[in-house]
Amino acid sequence: MKILFGLLIVLFTTPLMNPDNTTGYEVGDYVDDFSLKNVDGKMVSMAEYKEAEGFIISFTCNTCPYSVMYEQRIIDLDKKYASKGYPLIAINPNDPKKNPGDSFDKMVERASDKNYPFPYLIDESQEVTRNFGATNTPHMFIVQNDGGKYRVAYIGTIDNNPKAADKATKHFIDDAMDDILSGKKVEVSKTKAVGCSIKWKSTS
Amino acid sequence: MNSRYIFSNNRYMLKYSIIISFLSIINFSVSAQSVEIIDVEDMESIIHEKTGKTRVINFWATWCKPCIEELPYFEAVNQSSEFEDIEVILISLDFAEDIDTKVKKYIEKKSLTSTVKLLDNVDYNSWIDKVDPSWSGAIPATLVVNNSVNKRIFFEKQFEESELQNVLKNFEKEINQTNR
Repeated sequence: MKILFGLLIVLFTTPLMNPDNTTGYEVGDYVDDFSLKNVDGKMVSMAEYKEAEGFIISFTCNTCPYSVMYEQRIIDLDKKYASKGYPLIAINPNDPKKNPGDSFDKMVERASDKNYPFPYLIDESQEVTRNFGATNTPHMFIVQNDGGKYRVAYIGTIDNNPKAADKATKHFIDDAMDDILSGKKVEVSKTKAVGCSIKWKSTS
Repeated sequence: MNSRYIFSNNRYMLKYSIIISFLSIINFSVSAQSVEIIDVEDMESIIHEKTGKTRVINFWATWCKPCIEELPYFEAVNQSSEFEDIEVILISLDFAEDIDTKVKKYIEKKSLTSTVKLLDNVDYNSWIDKVDPSWSGAIPATLVVNNSVNKRIFFEKQFEESELQNVLKNFEKEINQTNR
């Protein structure tokens, strides 16, 4: 009983004490679906996409220079892969109190200015971000539909040159999508991305 | 003849050296800090060099708000007599083309005296693990290392001032204990 109680304490207190140190999903893990508010005011979840084979999920935001540098490439990924069964979903993980430029209103503006072809969701509680284990923006995840459940196939960055898309020599998302679309196991399934750390809410 | 030539030559040299040293003073006051552009190999030697001193290597960029917020604490460590055995090296991940317009400008504005270097390599996956395998890639990130005693700690977080000071005090204390 004591051990069980101890375990419960650990289970319940650890994520609260350590908001930016949760490990999050690994490649191969099943992910929980989410329901988050889109810039059009409607809630979006993965389950609504009846036809999707999977998703490219991008934790990104308005303000991070790396998100800005990758913005067009994120738009292009949706244009390229939505028709192949892998639509892109963008999620802004930042606390707008810490980064006013990432408020919901600013997201609405941004999505309309840049004509985002994908939903741009706000993760107000930051729970989805924490579950995924996203640490910076932009942080990409590819999930595959496995009989109604979604399984992580890739975690990391888009390519190896944030400054200039045409100078990138490794295209991690494209390579992973090529593997997925040809029914193969993703060869490079995890990379790291330099970007802006996610602005977590103050715990106090 | 010969000696007169040498004499006049020396006078010229003296004159020139006065001018040169005067120019270098002007130059020094204009750009108080130089920022060396380094590659991954240079970064690795900074991380692994055995200098006998503890190195605090902070990864930052001018565009990174939390980095800019914590930078004064690192500068304070660099200037503090309490931490005189600690060497602070700030490695900027700004782009090399922004070195004058952003990095040096910021250094001058804040009168930073810590060593600043700019790592010119955007292929992050080729070097992130060389700093620390646990690093996700988010900045700020800080490596505290003393290669003479093979001790290192890595932090992927933004520091508060007291917290940074405590980490460094404990690090130095542990080194002194192991040395005994």
